[in-house]
Amino acid sequence: MRSSLSYHSRQRLTAWLMIAPLAVGVLIIVGWPFLDTIWMSFTSAQLTQYTGDWVGLDNYIRAFRSPQVRGALATTIFFVALTVSLELVLGVLVALLLDQPLYGRRFFRALLILPWALPTVVNAMSWRLIYNPDFGGLNAVLTQIGLLDSYQSWLGSPATAIYAIAVADIWKTVPLVAMITLAALQGVPREQLEAAHIDGASPWSRFKTVTMPAIVGPLMVAAVLRTIEGVKVFDIVWVMTRGGPANSTKTMSIQVYQEAFSNFRAGSGASQGLLIVLVSLILINVYVALLRRQGAQ
Amino acid sequence: MKQPLALRVVLHALAILVAVIILAPILWLLLVSVSTTTHLTTLPFEWIPEKLNFDNYAKLTTLEPNSRGEMFLYAMRNTALVAFGATAIALCAAVPAAWSFSRSKGGQSNLLYVVVATYMLPPVALIVPLFAFLNGLGLLNTKTGLMLVDCSIVLPFTTWLLKSNFDNISHEIEEAAFVDGASMLTVLRSVTLPMAKPALATVVLFSILLVWDEFFYAFILTNDDRSQTLTVAIANLASGRVSDYGLLATAGILTALPPLIIGILLQRALVSGLAQGGVKG
Amino acid sequence: MNILRLSAATALVASSLGLGMAGPASAETTINALYMSQASYNEADVRSMTEAFEKANPDVKVNLEFVPYEGLRDKTLLASSSSQGYDVVLFDVIWTAEYAKRGILADDTDNISAEVKDEIFPGAWTTVEYNGHYYGMPWTNSSKLFFYNKEMVEKAGFDHAPQTWSELVEQAQAMKEQGIVEYPIVWSWAQAEAVICDYTVLLDAFDGKFLDKDGAPVFQEDGGLEALKFMVSTLDDGITNPNSTEYLEEDVRRVFSSGQAAFALNWPYMYNLANDPKESDISGKVGVMAPLGVKDRTEASGVNGSMGLGVTANTDNADIAWKYVQHMSSPEMQNSHAERSLPIWKASFENSEVISGREDLMKAASNAFTAMIARPTLPNYQEASNILQVSIQEALLGASSPEDALGSAADQLKSLTDQ
Repeated sequence: MRSSLSYHSRQRLTAWLMIAPLAVGVLIIVGWPFLDTIWMSFTSAQLTQYTGDWVGLDNYIRAFRSPQVRGALATTIFFVALTVSLELVLGVLVALLLDQPLYGRRFFRALLILPWALPTVVNAMSWRLIYNPDFGGLNAVLTQIGLLDSYQSWLGSPATAIYAIAVADIWKTVPLVAMITLAALQGVPREQLEAAHIDGASPWSRFKTVTMPAIVGPLMVAAVLRTIEGVKVFDIVWVMTRGGPANSTKTMSIQVYQEAFSNFRAGSGASQGLLIVLVSLILINVYVALLRRQGAQ
Repeated sequence: MKQPLALRVVLHALAILVAVIILAPILWLLLVSVSTTTHLTTLPFEWIPEKLNFDNYAKLTTLEPNSRGEMFLYAMRNTALVAFGATAIALCAAVPAAWSFSRSKGGQSNLLYVVVATYMLPPVALIVPLFAFLNGLGLLNTKTGLMLVDCSIVLPFTTWLLKSNFDNISHEIEEAAFVDGASMLTVLRSVTLPMAKPALATVVLFSILLVWDEFFYAFILTNDDRSQTLTVAIANLASGRVSDYGLLATAGILTALPPLIIGILLQRALVSGLAQGGVKG
Repeated sequence: MNILRLSAATALVASSLGLGMAGPASAETTINALYMSQASYNEADVRSMTEAFEKANPDVKVNLEFVPYEGLRDKTLLASSSSQGYDVVLFDVIWTAEYAKRGILADDTDNISAEVKDEIFPGAWTTVEYNGHYYGMPWTNSSKLFFYNKEMVEKAGFDHAPQTWSELVEQAQAMKEQGIVEYPIVWSWAQAEAVICDYTVLLDAFDGKFLDKDGAPVFQEDGGLEALKFMVSTLDDGITNPNSTEYLEEDVRRVFSSGQAAFALNWPYMYNLANDPKESDISGKVGVMAPLGVKDRTEASGVNGSMGLGVTANTDNADIAWKYVQHMSSPEMQNSHAERSLPIWKASFENSEVISGREDLMKAASNAFTAMIARPTLPNYQEASNILQVSIQEALLGASSPEDALGSAADQLKSLTDQ
């Protein structure tokens, strides 16, 4: 050992050096922009005039007073609650179904990959064509089977637009939840299921006592991931409605985009963007608390 | 557990229903892409077109100057280059870091969680500084600029996936190499990575998929043929200024094709990866 | 001495054109121009006009970029603070004030001669004017026009097209009752600028005003309120296509051209396309006139939807860029592409070559140009427009009454200007 450093401290140094490129990279493309956004949120920065004056909490106060921001927050939370809950329930149901002995089970399972791999923008565009009021497939199906008298404007009415987008999102994501659940189902102790069956336990109680504990962990991970994605949702809404009609589908990301890139108030947009992070943090903490309680039981 | 026949029939019917629901939007896109506008707007709607019209595919696969095809093919080239570039850059940073995270028990693991947690940040909360940053470097509306920014999406995923994969690779051979006095980099390069080849392939495909799907950064940071990606091209076409829905659907099909192929290739890795994650719970 | 001065001048010009220092490889100057995908002139028109320019100026290359209308302003404003901006940008009449205020466009007042000023419609000049300065050349001359299906009007038993909005309601109701068409009227009322344009036409017809002399909102009363009430009533009566709340202009064209509507408001570009058998099922049956008036108040109405072409303030090639703008707005280019966009030059409307085959359209347009008003010139137009779009849609979709919707929009606009 010619080096003055011992073999172990040399190894430790190398270990850190190997992390360095990642750390520096993340610092530059995520860490610094994030800190800058926090700083900006307390200033009057404009998009075209990047250095603004310090305005304290003004941007935040204005955000909380703004009906647009409150509306967008409510829409976002509603969208997340609607999509995440339905995705989890439907995902588990599909997984349980495809866990049964079926002819062509491998084919059915293979299909799950398609919605997951389809680019979100293409998905949104394809559902826009399905909802098209004049030649959309949905109107054609519903009128031809007699459920609908005349063609409807699904994305043009505030009563249906947010649900129409949610359906597109759910279609794309249920298969992922199903795949996660199917994988987790491999860990379910089959003997216990058999034993419970012989003891005469109902299917529901079998599911609750044997299956559920095995899949709840992965499902929670899926819920956290989907919530994060849902809170920052932009592309699917942008392509399908751009936030309309009458702002009924305007989510926080679209609100922030408009504030920063349409109204050019970068500082104010930054404060509203940080509200998205806050909502994410709150929801994730709720999940973690739920998971802890589950683990304690 | 032998199931009664009636139950079996119901289960199969349900499975077929699921399959139909999964396939319907994709088939609809295919149908629109080979239909003429007249066919689409004729009511009541005929589900089987009388003749297939592949004009749209021809229109989008031509390099004729100033055609929509040229625009589309440029966007496809840009998307592919950005996807490969961002993946390559991200792997260079993520592979050594993930290995280090996996093998050392020090304070690094906190850093791993920080990197993974950045996934939580919405792009809208980062975009203005990134915009100013690229602008200052003259990288606005360039593929390089977009590649760098897209790494922020790719890195949390690749680092996490690689770390979990390295965790599952036996330490014993590595230990033997260390005893022989090999440096960490040598061990990583000549011992660990060859064993991790399948995992690396999975991570590469995942990463390409993520970048292919990316919309927001490309929407803000790119402008034209030189750097615009497919997702932005499609969003622009879909914005209501184009009433040629067949062309739009065709663009969607062609854009979705590579990711769908990658998805099918990833199938096995994804399922086994999820299973491992599931076992660990 | 003369020779010396001449060569100095040449050097100056050359360097200002970016030719001087760069060496032999860059004998070619490249300028970047930003257009929108459908600005009356379509992409092919812009490309052919630009090719003519490149042919006449072989050492200049023009890069063209087309974005949707919604992206045009963002791109322009963002590029103005970037190193790789545009040299020439297309802009909507509603952005001129903002661009001028932000210093995005070069002031071209001194480059425009008195003769040129005189040869172009005064209304067209307002598109590029702010505080008495000119920030480019008007390029398209446009208002929404009223289109009707001649065959349907006849079938419903009327011998002439409606002249007023109430007459339109009468005819539409007759058509609906007789089952000629389910929804006789189609509009572009999606949450976008399009709904503001349609609303402006009606506000103009009902003789309303957006702002009073002091710039305070007054559209929530009188003509402005009546306009929105009219829009809502046509939906309630079932004579307006209910999908209108998600339609943009191209949807209006598709619905009207496929014979699913008898009446439509749209930009002049629809006239040719609706008469093109390849694009339309009703070619030859298309009538066009200035948007209608209201009895005892107005004869006709319209909305200034013109666009200007300007040189950016931070271009390195100001001279070439200005030359290009002049080329694009020249009588030769405008007359030879008049089938898609109406010329800005007065003489063009007396030029038989330009008029022939589109007498109806030219007449409709000149009436509309006389009647048309501008959308409100507010400091933050885009934000104001967003507020108004949402309020109008709320009323159209029955979420609030027209009074409440416009009242709340007016309040929000007031607090916007107070800031």
